[in-house]
Amino acid sequence: MTELLSFELSRPGAQAPRLPEAGVSAPASTDVLPKEALRARPPDLPRLSEPEIMRHYSRLASLNYSISEQFYPLGSCTMKYNPVANEVAASLPGFAGLHPYQDEETVQGALELMWRLERALCAVVGVDRVTLQPAAGAHGEWTALRMIQAYHRSRGDKRTEVLVPDSAHGTNPASAALSGFSVVEVKSGPDGRISLTDLESKLSPRVAALMLTNPNTLGLFEREILNVAEMVHATGAMLYYDGANLNAFMGVCRPGDMGFDAVHMNLHKTFTTPHGGGGPGAGPVGVKADLVPFLPHPTVEKAEGEFKLDHRRPQSIGRVRSFYGNFGMLVRAYTYVLAMGGDGLTQASLDAVLSANYLRKQVEGLLDLPHEGPCMHEFVASAHNLAPQGIKALDVAKGLLDRDFYAPTIYFPLVVPEAMMVEPTETESKATLDAFAGAVKEIVELARTDPATLHGAPHRLPVGRLDEVGTARQITSYLTGSSEEPILRWKRVRK
Amino acid sequence: MPYLVHSPQDREEMLAAIGVESMDQLLVDIPKSLRLDELKLANGLSEFDTMAQVQELAARNRVFADRLTFRGGGVYRRFIPTAVSAVTGKPEFYTAYTPYQPEASQGTLQAIFEFQTLIAELTGLDVANASLYDGATAVAEASMMARVQTGRDEVLVAGYLHPEYLEVLRAFGEGRGMKVRRGDEPTDKTAAVVFQQPDFLGLLVDARALTDRAHAAGALAIACVDPISLAVLAPPGEYGADIAVGEGQQLGLAPSFGGPHVGFIACRKELVRRLPGRLIGTSHDSQGRRGFVLTLTAREQHIRREKATSNICTNHSLCALAASVYLTYMGEEGLRQVAETSFKRAHYLAERLSKLPGWEMAFPERQFLNEFPMIVPKPRPLLRKLAKKGILGGLEVSRWFRELKGVVTFTCTEVNDPAALDLLVEVAGS
Repeated sequence: MTELLSFELSRPGAQAPRLPEAGVSAPASTDVLPKEALRARPPDLPRLSEPEIMRHYSRLASLNYSISEQFYPLGSCTMKYNPVANEVAASLPGFAGLHPYQDEETVQGALELMWRLERALCAVVGVDRVTLQPAAGAHGEWTALRMIQAYHRSRGDKRTEVLVPDSAHGTNPASAALSGFSVVEVKSGPDGRISLTDLESKLSPRVAALMLTNPNTLGLFEREILNVAEMVHATGAMLYYDGANLNAFMGVCRPGDMGFDAVHMNLHKTFTTPHGGGGPGAGPVGVKADLVPFLPHPTVEKAEGEFKLDHRRPQSIGRVRSFYGNFGMLVRAYTYVLAMGGDGLTQASLDAVLSANYLRKQVEGLLDLPHEGPCMHEFVASAHNLAPQGIKALDVAKGLLDRDFYAPTIYFPLVVPEAMMVEPTETESKATLDAFAGAVKEIVELARTDPATLHGAPHRLPVGRLDEVGTARQITSYLTGSSEEPILRWKRVRK
Repeated sequence: MPYLVHSPQDREEMLAAIGVESMDQLLVDIPKSLRLDELKLANGLSEFDTMAQVQELAARNRVFADRLTFRGGGVYRRFIPTAVSAVTGKPEFYTAYTPYQPEASQGTLQAIFEFQTLIAELTGLDVANASLYDGATAVAEASMMARVQTGRDEVLVAGYLHPEYLEVLRAFGEGRGMKVRRGDEPTDKTAAVVFQQPDFLGLLVDARALTDRAHAAGALAIACVDPISLAVLAPPGEYGADIAVGEGQQLGLAPSFGGPHVGFIACRKELVRRLPGRLIGTSHDSQGRRGFVLTLTAREQHIRREKATSNICTNHSLCALAASVYLTYMGEEGLRQVAETSFKRAHYLAERLSKLPGWEMAFPERQFLNEFPMIVPKPRPLLRKLAKKGILGGLEVSRWFRELKGVVTFTCTEVNDPAALDLLVEVAGS
């Protein structure tokens, strides 16, 4: 089943919405504004009645997999259950109805929520202060690097390089480059962890920071983290923590205690705010005392029982976003923290690690497991063992879609061939994990008996495998003028 | 504990299946010195107690009625059709992940493809992306595009751009050595001229002249636009701007203390390969069925890493969905009516307020749509007096612009009914 575009469903003369009339005597815009300021050609928007609109979107919704219905074993994405109470909390009129430029005395509850969330996040990751302003994880990474840059500059220290392990998320090097740093890659050792020898050889007075994910993207805890921190700090560089994998050890250990100076968190991963099909998320950044002066402004401060926004921060890197961040997501995360508490968050991480190790055990012998366990909250398998049958990680992924599971993160991290990165989280039951392992088993058997069927997967979804290469080629034709078909948008064919 | 699923017995069985006796054996890689005794946070609460605490915080905020809100400055009250939250509240949309597996994500992909088309149509430009975080970061991302495209280092900000957008632009630029300057005389060092239409004060700028001036200097023109204004005003594509950006909050999103909202960006087709963020295009499967995929990913961070056009790896998908539902609900006719009703009421209000003793239009020679700056006697006491009557009065802009001492901007939309306007005038004049 597929659904036509709203533009294709559109009918001229369809019922327009009934909207308020002005009800005052005043001239129309066309009478007041000069002609050159006015729009010449009206925008070609669809015209549909409300019943048709609602059906259109309901049909579109039915074409999606989502965490509400499917298991999403997406490594490093932490697709947990999104508590419904969080949604109710964020939509309370006392939050959703607030204008960002209301006077502080009228928004004390909102400021206190931000203050309390900041304190809770400080406790979880072991830092001194947190900015809640960044809108996403990558935005948080960049914010942290800007603070690190400002810190070094304030000491007259012009450091130009950022070290990033080869197993890092792609956003790490991109965020470093956006801050004007050049990126130097640090190799992983044979055990999948950062190579101390390689790190040693890359460290120099030019290095501003090392960006590290722990557990790393292979799901392995960096055992040598204390040595890494010492080496990095000895050269005057800072240690940055990519919080994508924070769900591995809440209440068990803290990045701050490991020696990390700046820590970003993804509220849409660890703290259950929904992914929304790709956002909005929130990417707060925690910092140790040395970096506090450089936090984006405003910060939320408490004085004599009153909460205030502090805009007077002379060393601040400025603003990274308008207003105070994705406040609605902060409400959701705070609601989650209250419900879970210290005991609940700790158990959540323990269960996440347990689930990952359990599932790892279940797929052992079915797929390659290139690194020794135990793993933390996720593990990386490889479909390399199916190469003799011509089956790739992509085929396994599509086979899983046919079996009503979303696919793991594939072809990442780049250091493992045919990688399949699996993160089950604490909110999937043992029965679900067993069923998933069963589906993998079925697929591995199918790879042997009928690889063609697997190559053609998915068979049970609204569309089959899509020709992504063809799309990119057609866009090139459009951009170079050899085709009129815009590909990136719908356009009315003019007669 | 809420939201956890394993029973103690499950845990025992799982440990046994793994072949270990305790969780500690799974955590052996963590140095002992790092292990915490406990997480220093209060224990969790029941849902009842959780919600009681959250509601108590919400109750300590003062919510002004939509109809009595006259404060804008980048966030506006608009009528939001119920259809919007009915759609964004569908768990198939809000609990879905980024559409990495297109066959299992056609709903999200198609909705965002429709969003891209709606924004391209509104702005009159060729292509729009899948959305950005907000208006401020959209301005910054557009400026980065211009910098790469022209190989020049300076961005010129003409007129009253939203002060927070300017601050974000500066913060973005600083790391990479991009200079941001206020002014409207581009030189051969200028990568782009950025202007807001209508500007932060609500006034119309001569977008055509600014665009021409940018082009004459070999710079790009970046227009930061109000999406609803485009039902009436010439869109960036019509006056030749290269990139259009803006904040989409007015398209069906609650004020929510400033976020989450949604930024949009559209450009001429020559600049498409420099666009940051997600792009969705049409595709086909082997049976010829149409589908939608993430495309041109070779620009993006997960492929290009440090050479990517931007580090953004998501969009504000759910907010973009809200904007799509809103625009589809309104259609061209509805959007125009919303813009026109706002225009008429704002002009009626401006007329009435200007007659109050000591009140005058701050820029009487300039045109506006539905937000306008006034010089008022004693702004602070005035705003306090209005608040006592339940009115969220205008925005004092001198906190950002010293030269605008005593200037307050008022905004007026279709939610401010005529009786509300009369009440504002009455209390203000009392």
